[in-house]
Amino acid sequence: MHIAEGFLPPAHAIGWTVAAAPFVVHGARAVVREVRENPESTLLLGAAGAFTFVLSAIKLPSVTGSSSHPTGTGAGAILFRPPVMALLGTVVLLFQALLLAHGGLTTLGANAFSMAIVGPWAGYGAYRLTRGLGGGLLPGVFAGMAVADLATYVTTSLQLALAFPDASSGFAGAAAKFLGVFAITQIPLAIGEGLLGVLLFRVLTVNARPELERLGVLKS
Amino acid sequence: MNRRTLVTVLLVLGVVALFAVPLIAGGPAEYTGTDNQATTVILQQDPGYRPWFSSVIPPLSPSVESGLFAVQAALGGGVLGYVLGRLRGRRAVRESGSATLPGTEPQ
Repeated sequence: MHIAEGFLPPAHAIGWTVAAAPFVVHGARAVVREVRENPESTLLLGAAGAFTFVLSAIKLPSVTGSSSHPTGTGAGAILFRPPVMALLGTVVLLFQALLLAHGGLTTLGANAFSMAIVGPWAGYGAYRLTRGLGGGLLPGVFAGMAVADLATYVTTSLQLALAFPDASSGFAGAAAKFLGVFAITQIPLAIGEGLLGVLLFRVLTVNARPELERLGVLKS
Repeated sequence: MNRRTLVTVLLVLGVVALFAVPLIAGGPAEYTGTDNQATTVILQQDPGYRPWFSSVIPPLSPSVESGLFAVQAALGGGVLGYVLGRLRGRRAVRESGSATLPGTEPQ
């Protein structure tokens, strides 16, 4: 989902940066507030950030013969609500843009919008929906993690289609092409990410029960 | 093996299988990154497009790049392991504290 440096026309690059900025600022304030009001959250916040850091560094092969990476943003969105991930996800993207030449500064806004904003919100929505329908914590985590991953890549496809519409079939045709690159490859990765999320939350429910109860993830 | 351990093992095997199966069954596929494929599609859509900004660091050799990705994964894995270890240690302390009252430890 990393749109490469310089690969969005200037108007799109600026537009996505302007669109993402308020979410990231709001996310930064959410992180500061969480740490100030609940200092005991710092450990779990670190875990959520670290989880995204690891997963987005790993390129995994998929059944389509392509490789891609998971995003890991669902875990933090479920634990601390999505705004926190707007900051943590953007920090990861900035690290990769500056040190790894992966993604870019001109495309940071667009990449943050897909991975740090749409992904976490969509994943959080899927988690809440699963819980609301009577699903347990772990099915909710699976759904949330997998949807956060997939939604990120669908957003990237749509962003690219907006910037590079097809000469004959327009936005829809271009969207189909970019979704063809990203979406199917991403399905096994999303499932794998869902399973990893379940593993993480199984550890947390045993070892961080007081925090999960305070955050409302587990009933006390 | 108790049920909890069995579920953990099955989950781990499931994750490994998801990514090992395409590698074993995939044949000669090159596993190009989707990010690079997207760049190719962009240039098909608009052959005249030229990136207007280039990365702040010079292009890296593939081995240096994969090394840096490994550093990123190691940093994340290290912090995650530290946090989970601390949480586990905290629970162990709490449990041993509540299980044995002071002065009644088994001799």
